[in-house]
Amino acid sequence: MVQYSDARLDASFAALSDATRRGILERLGRADASITDLAEAFHMTLTGMRKHVGVLEQAHLVTTRKVGRVRTCTLGPRRLEDETAWIERQRRLWDERFDELERIVGERRRKEQVDGRTQRA
Amino acid sequence: MDARSGREATPTQERTTMERTSERELVVTRTIDGPAQIVFDAWTEPELMKRWWVPRSVPITLLSCEMDVRVGGTYRLVFQVDPTTTMAFFGRYLEVSPPSRLVWTNEEGEGDPVVTTVTFDEDQGRTRLVVHDLYPSKDALDAAIASESVAGWPEMLDQLDELLLELSAAG
Repeated sequence: MVQYSDARLDASFAALSDATRRGILERLGRADASITDLAEAFHMTLTGMRKHVGVLEQAHLVTTRKVGRVRTCTLGPRRLEDETAWIERQRRLWDERFDELERIVGERRRKEQVDGRTQRA
Repeated sequence: MDARSGREATPTQERTTMERTSERELVVTRTIDGPAQIVFDAWTEPELMKRWWVPRSVPITLLSCEMDVRVGGTYRLVFQVDPTTTMAFFGRYLEVSPPSRLVWTNEEGEGDPVVTTVTFDEDQGRTRLVVHDLYPSKDALDAAIASESVAGWPEMLDQLDELLLELSAAG
């Protein structure tokens, strides 16, 4: 497990050690793009861009899919991890909210019992 | 989520569940100890809502909470996010059926609103809550997630740039 993470980190850092590749990630963070789009945006040849994208793909930072003749690049499985992390953060937020809600409900219930179930407004 | 056996007893972790159930939907569930009518009141009376909507661990303050809880009525919650920024959370009630169902829109985003449906299902003095958010599109939900989770990327990359510059200067 640790070795796997280390290998993954090595690949990530190697991939991120290049300014063009970091630029590609920032751009894909805004929208998916084809290899051709990226090559134009970074003033590179298609072959050069394919190499960069290949390195990012190996580091699981980018995934690509080919539709017809166009290969589209998307931020990689990391995005899924982001989603899982976001949902977990939101879940904890709700959990805290509900704990407080439960306290308030308990408080009001006790109050109603004390009031002898007089009519509620 | 289902690895219950090997885990130590942490009831609070198990009680609230949250799941993206489709491309456009998020569902949160929780069972509250108490009758549906009181739980419903806590969602519809501003004085009660104010006390639980913002968890203590979140460093924001709920400045005001106006709720006209009837079909077509509006609500508006204003938060102090930091010393110079306030943020509003607002929309309109589509359905108000005490004590079992509450539906409202969330209109602070761009484009079509998110529709939130809360159901209150009482069983033996306990109330099962289901909070269901329906986004107008997959992109809208993806964007909501990305706005918080990918937001750190450029900043992180800038820091990495600085680090690499320092390292190359030192080497």
